[in-house]
Amino acid sequence: MENVNKNDDVLILGGHEFHSRFILGSGKYSLKLIRAAVENAGAEMITLALRRAQAETENILDYIPENVTLLPNTSGARNAEEAVRIARLSRECGCGDFVKIEVMRDSKYLLPDNYETIKATEILAKEGFVVMPYMYPDLNVARDLMNVGAASIMPLGSPIGSNKGICTREFIKILIDEIDLPVIVDAGIGRPSQACEAMEMGAAAVMANTAIATAGDIPVMAEAFKKAIEAGRMAYLSGLGRIVEKGASPSSPLTGFLHE
Amino acid sequence: MLIVNGKEMQYSGPCTVLELLGRLGYRPDRTAVEKNGEIIPRAELAGTELADNDKLEIVSFVGGG
Repeated sequence: MENVNKNDDVLILGGHEFHSRFILGSGKYSLKLIRAAVENAGAEMITLALRRAQAETENILDYIPENVTLLPNTSGARNAEEAVRIARLSRECGCGDFVKIEVMRDSKYLLPDNYETIKATEILAKEGFVVMPYMYPDLNVARDLMNVGAASIMPLGSPIGSNKGICTREFIKILIDEIDLPVIVDAGIGRPSQACEAMEMGAAAVMANTAIATAGDIPVMAEAFKKAIEAGRMAYLSGLGRIVEKGASPSSPLTGFLHE
Repeated sequence: MLIVNGKEMQYSGPCTVLELLGRLGYRPDRTAVEKNGEIIPRAELAGTELADNDKLEIVSFVGGG
């Protein structure tokens, strides 16, 4: 039996060590709740989007605690070229080298364009970005992303913002088995139990936004996700017990009954 | 005339990019600027003069997933 040392359990992305495996989104809720959500989530990484600036005195960066790694996404990009442009502008905004590639041609289902995502990943990895591509869970694409320099892969569980959970379960399992990169389940995770399931499957981390943003109490839901992700990770590290497909397996001794 | 974030704007120079950001109420420490398709590094905002017909994109972070 192996002993699990939780303190040694770090997630490495682009040479940076993270102890949290919960990547928090910042969309669709009040800036004023971000600090509480980040703190309750124990998050060390938060996603952002880049848009045309509004003349304003306050900016989301004013609300994010220091030492939290910023992960700008390339949402709005319809092809690799636009994703590269957004990533470069994000870096100039002072967010560091991390980028989550999102390329979508489809505004109904918001499914990622895997082909354009590979192209953008290759260009940005060569420019020194830590590239974390959002992708449809396809093994061949995952291999291509790894070969062109992705730091992780972020397969979707179900459509963005749907809170439907891990509908792509079997395909994410294949990626976890076959790809030697952190597999971060992104999109569609709607409940702590689903985040926990992703971690039990061996996902390296979970990214969630809408599940938190649409909760009744945002900071408390952030904490619920933190606990679920930690529980799932511990379960994965400790090794899940086997399943008995037919019949039962007694937990109590089958000897010494009072009727014997 | 300038085009700033897709909108036409009267221009009577001289004016640097940094000065324009100030006039329009943008925070230079929270924005990135692209001029005619090229990113202007933050350190060069003060030294970059605008010219008639320049096209600017001024961007900043917002919440997102």
